[in-house]
Amino acid sequence: MYRYDSYDQSMVDARVEEFRDQVQRRLAGALTEDQFKPLRLMNGLYLQLHAYMLRVAIPYGTLSGKQMRKLGEIAAKYDRGYGHFTTRQNLQYNWIKLADAPDILAELATVEMHAIQTSGNCIRNISSDQYAGVSADEVADPRPWAELLRQWSSFHPEFTYLPRKFKIAVIASDDDRAAMRLHDIGLKLVSRDGVIGAEVYAGGGMGRTPMVAPQIRDFVPEEEIVSYLEACLRVYNRYGRRDNKYKARIKILVHEIGVENYKRQVEEEFAHMRTLGLNPPTEELDRIRAFFAPPAYETGLSEDIDRSDPAFALWVDRQVAAHKAPGHAIVNISLKPLTGIPGDASAEQIELVASLAEQYSLDELRVTHAQNLVLPHVRKADLYAIWQKLDEAGLAEANLDLITDIIACPGLDYCALANARSIPLAQKIAQRFADNERQAELGELKLKISGCINACGHHHAGHIGILGVDRKGVENFQLLLGGSGAEDASLGQITGPGFSEDGVVDAIDKVTEIYLAQRESGERFLDTYRRIGMKPFKEAIYG
Amino acid sequence: MKILTGNDLVTGDVIWWAGDGWSRQVGDSADVGVHGEDLARAEEAALRVVGAYVIDATVTEEGVRPAHIKDRIRALGPTVRPDLTLKPNDADAGNWVI
Repeated sequence: MYRYDSYDQSMVDARVEEFRDQVQRRLAGALTEDQFKPLRLMNGLYLQLHAYMLRVAIPYGTLSGKQMRKLGEIAAKYDRGYGHFTTRQNLQYNWIKLADAPDILAELATVEMHAIQTSGNCIRNISSDQYAGVSADEVADPRPWAELLRQWSSFHPEFTYLPRKFKIAVIASDDDRAAMRLHDIGLKLVSRDGVIGAEVYAGGGMGRTPMVAPQIRDFVPEEEIVSYLEACLRVYNRYGRRDNKYKARIKILVHEIGVENYKRQVEEEFAHMRTLGLNPPTEELDRIRAFFAPPAYETGLSEDIDRSDPAFALWVDRQVAAHKAPGHAIVNISLKPLTGIPGDASAEQIELVASLAEQYSLDELRVTHAQNLVLPHVRKADLYAIWQKLDEAGLAEANLDLITDIIACPGLDYCALANARSIPLAQKIAQRFADNERQAELGELKLKISGCINACGHHHAGHIGILGVDRKGVENFQLLLGGSGAEDASLGQITGPGFSEDGVVDAIDKVTEIYLAQRESGERFLDTYRRIGMKPFKEAIYG
Repeated sequence: MKILTGNDLVTGDVIWWAGDGWSRQVGDSADVGVHGEDLARAEEAALRVVGAYVIDATVTEEGVRPAHIKDRIRALGPTVRPDLTLKPNDADAGNWVI
């Protein structure tokens, strides 16, 4: 894992003290809310439905046990005993007091964490593949590039006031586990003739105008990735609309001027950038890369797993993924208990996962955009012990990528922007489909719920998506089918008129029945939908 | 009726204008009539509230109830965490929210 150097630490420490002064001035009346709001947002502090909310950055979703433990301690000490893992691999606290915020940031800084650039019209937390570094099919660990981009984008003076927020994802596998093409810029590391570089995608995103990012370059050599992105951002910063926040994202610019036009302008800017010598020194990437060197995995380990406990065997089948090192496995920890809240974890659960990471996963864990956790370096021989501890803590649900592994935004229960509640609906769906055999029969089925058009719950990318809207003060839910955030990225289509909360659960039931009746061998729900189209589903839903 | 709500500047708690100060109970809300905007400005300037705004509400047998679901959820707490609401020991406390 990357460790702060003195520059990183001093920057974060200085920001804490700057914010402490700003909070004191606000509480003393020297700053109005209009003056203070942009300052608190730059430090991830929102005013939400019930209280202040603090969004903590988890760069590319990677944490040490010590960092995770600190997140749990903060939840217990300053919040109400829990945190919420988000679709951007971050963590949010829902009940923060303004006067406590500087102390919380100071505590985060002691474990090399912060909340900088988790809000505002700047480059946000860089997201990545939760299997980075342990997946057998990746061309390289994408995190050194993600870390390089974190450093490049932190406090970048030219990109602190972009037309709108800007999200970047970096992956290095053909399997896209980070919704890469639904980011403002997506990078996919590839190898060409033994040289590492990146395919670049620009102009993706969700929100009220969802778009799948088109490819704008098929290869940028690794040493020029930063310069190329600088060119992408410069063109966006120059021409992105600032008169209308709903048309200010880069996806609108790319769409309105056309992909070829945007590409041409980026290439012109890139040619100029090349003359400036702004590429980071190779030594810096090498320095960063050294932090992500593969650990010295134990060798000679057994591949055998004792499957005599059926509940454990079910969990292994669903939650454990192949690791590149013999005798090892990747453990996915579900944060989707059937009666729970997607993405929520109590302080005690956070502490437990921190301890498991330290004891069993080489002191490392990951947060996924699907609001789950991952222990990336587990010996197969330790799986049963881990499962037992997870089970005791209510964290042993076996539902990865099944219909009850639901992404849900906080919705109207917490969010000031929301129009409808996402969480109770997620709970009703989970209970309707709770039967393990039924879930297994349905297979991979990614269901995603957003409580408003801003799409934090990724509803556009759900095999089944749900969008909550406000219909004259009453919650109403639109149903979408056919979206995907994976390597086969696509946007879901609305089935028709919306439903009540119970009505949309019934509609999903009917949709799954059509799938089971019409699927061909080996087809996932998404495959069947793509083959037979919307019509049979609409007929079943609306009669 | 019109009532005034916002968040406590220091704690972030949801608060309601009660006529002579702020309350955490929506039932204490006072009708602010046409004076809500002026009150909001004055109270924000006095550092007692942040993000104050006027909403429609009705008086029922159970007390003052905000017209919109968003403010009803604000009034009690998250519907999915009864333990974190203002009435954690009352299983029926949220019946009027939805």
